[in-house]
Amino acid sequence: MTRELMKGNEAVAEAAIRAGLQAYFGYPITPQTELLEWMSRRMPELGRAFVQAESELAAINMVYGAACTGARVMTSSSSPGISLMMEGLSYIAGTEVPMVLVDVMRGGPGLGNIAPAQSDYNQIVHGGGHGDYYPIVLAPSSVQESIDLTVLAFDLAEKYRSIAVVLTDGSLGQMMEPAEMPAMQPLRTQFPDWAVSGCEGRERRILTSIYLDPPAEERTNLRLAARWQQVEANEIRYKEYFLDDADFVVVGYGSTGRVALSAVRAARAEGIKVGLLRPITVNPFPSQILDDLANRVQGMLVVEMSAGQMLEDVRMAVSRRIPVEFFGRLGGVVPFPDEIHNEIRRLVQGPLTTDGHPRDRWLRRMAAITGSPSVN
Amino acid sequence: MAIPETESMQVVYSRPDSLVDVNTHYCPGCTHGVGHRLIAEVLDEMGLREKTIGVASVGCSVFAYNYFNFDWVQAPHGRAPAMATGVKRVYPDRIVLTYQGDGDLASIGMAEIVHAAARGENITVVFINNANYGMTGGQMAPTTLPGQKTTSSPAGRDVEQAGYPIRTAEMLSTLEGASYVVRRSLHDPKNIRMAKKALRLAFETQVRGMGFSMVELLSTCPTNWGLTPLQSLQWLEEKMVPYYPINDFKVAPAIAGLKV
Repeated sequence: MTRELMKGNEAVAEAAIRAGLQAYFGYPITPQTELLEWMSRRMPELGRAFVQAESELAAINMVYGAACTGARVMTSSSSPGISLMMEGLSYIAGTEVPMVLVDVMRGGPGLGNIAPAQSDYNQIVHGGGHGDYYPIVLAPSSVQESIDLTVLAFDLAEKYRSIAVVLTDGSLGQMMEPAEMPAMQPLRTQFPDWAVSGCEGRERRILTSIYLDPPAEERTNLRLAARWQQVEANEIRYKEYFLDDADFVVVGYGSTGRVALSAVRAARAEGIKVGLLRPITVNPFPSQILDDLANRVQGMLVVEMSAGQMLEDVRMAVSRRIPVEFFGRLGGVVPFPDEIHNEIRRLVQGPLTTDGHPRDRWLRRMAAITGSPSVN
Repeated sequence: MAIPETESMQVVYSRPDSLVDVNTHYCPGCTHGVGHRLIAEVLDEMGLREKTIGVASVGCSVFAYNYFNFDWVQAPHGRAPAMATGVKRVYPDRIVLTYQGDGDLASIGMAEIVHAAARGENITVVFINNANYGMTGGQMAPTTLPGQKTTSSPAGRDVEQAGYPIRTAEMLSTLEGASYVVRRSLHDPKNIRMAKKALRLAFETQVRGMGFSMVELLSTCPTNWGLTPLQSLQWLEEKMVPYYPINDFKVAPAIAGLKV
């Protein structure tokens, strides 16, 4: 197979098409727009559905309608647009219909900027929409992995009748890398037996997220929670780097995980026994491996392009048994490998503590780095 | 006049196949039931029941899917035209219907309805205009008449503060993508028959792939208006019809010549 130089956003779009995407609905927003543009050309030429919606609200509800037919459907956006989609995502989760969402994260809050960030973690992983629901969230760190996880997202969404999110960011979406595309899958002709299609020759079907009777709504929520237990049992994915003999562990996902890998390699070159754990599913979260690592390493460093959103999930898994430190750049600033390398050195030199919150210590260091006011 | 013998009696009126045989949750005297019945009769007559997918909205008609005997999905508040777009783009050969009230369509869902019409989305919209939010207990809607008292305009709609009601059908009829946009009323038998014919033409528009069709139906809300069913019909005729004229606002030439 040949590898082609492809831009992240376009690679994700083409991968979805190859995975049998039948309908795409989206709205322009930087740094995601190339994905929409690719779809606008490719979907019609393949005779598949494409609509540029009037808003992200409309786009997610077009997806909702198409998902109710059991077709392979998807939308994509970036942080402010994802915020607008939260209503529809909650309804889609409550109706238990599968869909794929691509979030090319950018700096926030508010209009923020168009530079890479990872500050959608909380609204994606821990739900920005109302109600108890659990999206599957896949976080690639390269163009090739973006392709592979996009294909996987459709399979997982359908297997669990769930939302599957491919969580990338402005750097992954905009970068070009050599990558290999999967073969074109045929479009499905058989639709699931829960889907609406017109009731010819069968009883009518109703797809709704309303359960006016509270015990019925409770049963629905318990069903969603039980299904999530299956996802947690079957679908946790992560990648380990240099962990076998590691005394210290860096934890980072997506493009930050990739920058951290460079820093870990540099630290290894100067003899520091440090490894990297890169969660690929940030939901379900790889808590067990972190739990195991906490029994055998001396400390952890969480790196993110946020003020420490995944940090809280790591802290929960580790339960204060070992010190956890944090380093984040945010608002569209991407950390350099040297910065993370310095943080690794600092971690090794100590002294380390399990007292206090790592975010407080990081904020004090950031004041020195950026010249911004410290909280205390 | 002799009483006809049983053997010679014919069934001339029965429940349409497109309606489910259950009691509805609608209040006594509300015209939602008439609207439901007309849609069901038209789909039966056109043989479309098994090809139709309905999109229910939020408001009193939130449970419309319980009463129609075909496939339905349930949209978030105002988003039915977007959801219908998603269904229709996957299944262009199915009949896709939204059933929306005035709060849903003309307030929170105004963007979705305007753009569905602008795209010429090949769906049929049934728009129930009863001049208030029924489900939440009679608040002011975008369609509430000037001076009309509601639970959120207790002194009557003050147009200085709340603006004037929106004539949705007229507005949507200005869009190129709209092929059939009319207003009818459900306040008397003559108007009900006219409403049924309009619904027929709206679905004929969709069957022919001619793009967006909408029938606005002036409707009563006796409970929230604080009137009896009969008084409500009179209020509709005397107050609503003058502000919301019963008219054809956009009829594509190919539909105008259609005999049904």
